[in-house]
Amino acid sequence: MNRRLILLLPLVLFLVLAVFFYQGLSLNPFQRDSALMAETFPAFELTTLEDPSRTVDESLLQGDVTLVNVWGEWCPTCKQEMPQLLELAERGVRLVGVDYKDTREKGMGFLEEFGNPFEVNIFDPDGDLGFDLGVYGAPETFLVDADGVIRYHHTGYIKPQDVTEVILPEVEKWRD
Amino acid sequence: MARLIPTALLLLLLLPGLALAGGIEVREFDGPVMERRYAELTATLRCPKCQNQAIDDSDSPIAGDMRDRVYALLQDGRSDKEILDFMVNRFGDYVLYNPRLEGRTLLLWGLPAALVLLGLVGVGLLVRSRRNTSARALSAEERARLDALINRERTE
Repeated sequence: MNRRLILLLPLVLFLVLAVFFYQGLSLNPFQRDSALMAETFPAFELTTLEDPSRTVDESLLQGDVTLVNVWGEWCPTCKQEMPQLLELAERGVRLVGVDYKDTREKGMGFLEEFGNPFEVNIFDPDGDLGFDLGVYGAPETFLVDADGVIRYHHTGYIKPQDVTEVILPEVEKWRD
Repeated sequence: MARLIPTALLLLLLLPGLALAGGIEVREFDGPVMERRYAELTATLRCPKCQNQAIDDSDSPIAGDMRDRVYALLQDGRSDKEILDFMVNRFGDYVLYNPRLEGRTLLLWGLPAALVLLGLVGVGLLVRSRRNTSARALSAEERARLDALINRERTE
């Protein structure tokens, strides 16, 4: 009887592996945690999009829970995402934008056309801040707590239902 | 004039070369050692935007940015480990084609070796049990049955 059970072992192993790999098929390789999770927001010193003579640094993100959204005029998904960001701003979330690999004219034109939910926009024409954030495309969104620590990361498009189902609960979670 | 036309046509053939030159990154290295390290590092770093491409092989803008950083850090005199750490701190373990041996990756590195070991043990056990059975002498009853079978074969 024992011997018979041993004969079943390869089949069991095969089934375990099959289930394991089958699950792997439905994983989205872009859904991976940011390497900066629970880390302090990287140091930077850049001008704002709105005012080339105003320089801001990482202290901008301290004192309140802030949603940092990396966008660019060249990014079509960012345009679709704007209504969701405007809704979040309307619901009292503090938003800071990072205008990533863009020109000032195009960036300003984008905000004029699609609305501006951001308290201020950090102008990052060479993508240096984006690089330190591990950004490899846009849009990407980071939730930074009042101490300037990254608490949540959203790769890609924020869907309309994500506003109330994902983003707002995260904001509330880190508010106290 | 008749001569000019073939010459001009020949010169036209050189034009595609210009397009090609535009797509190639020209970098100056301080010696062949640095050049080799650059080639190795860019071949072992994985492009975060692409599904499965090293940064030396990708046209993605982020891969270009990463190559620039690798080059700048090499010029800065950083070690290979420092450069890889720099990338992992920003983009995560995902960018390493050669995962590091540490607590979290123990299963990844250990599983193949463990499976080979398990297989060897299994084969060993099997061989031993086979050897034991084949060496067994026939019982009187088995001997009689064997004789009967052989005899039947002969008479048929």
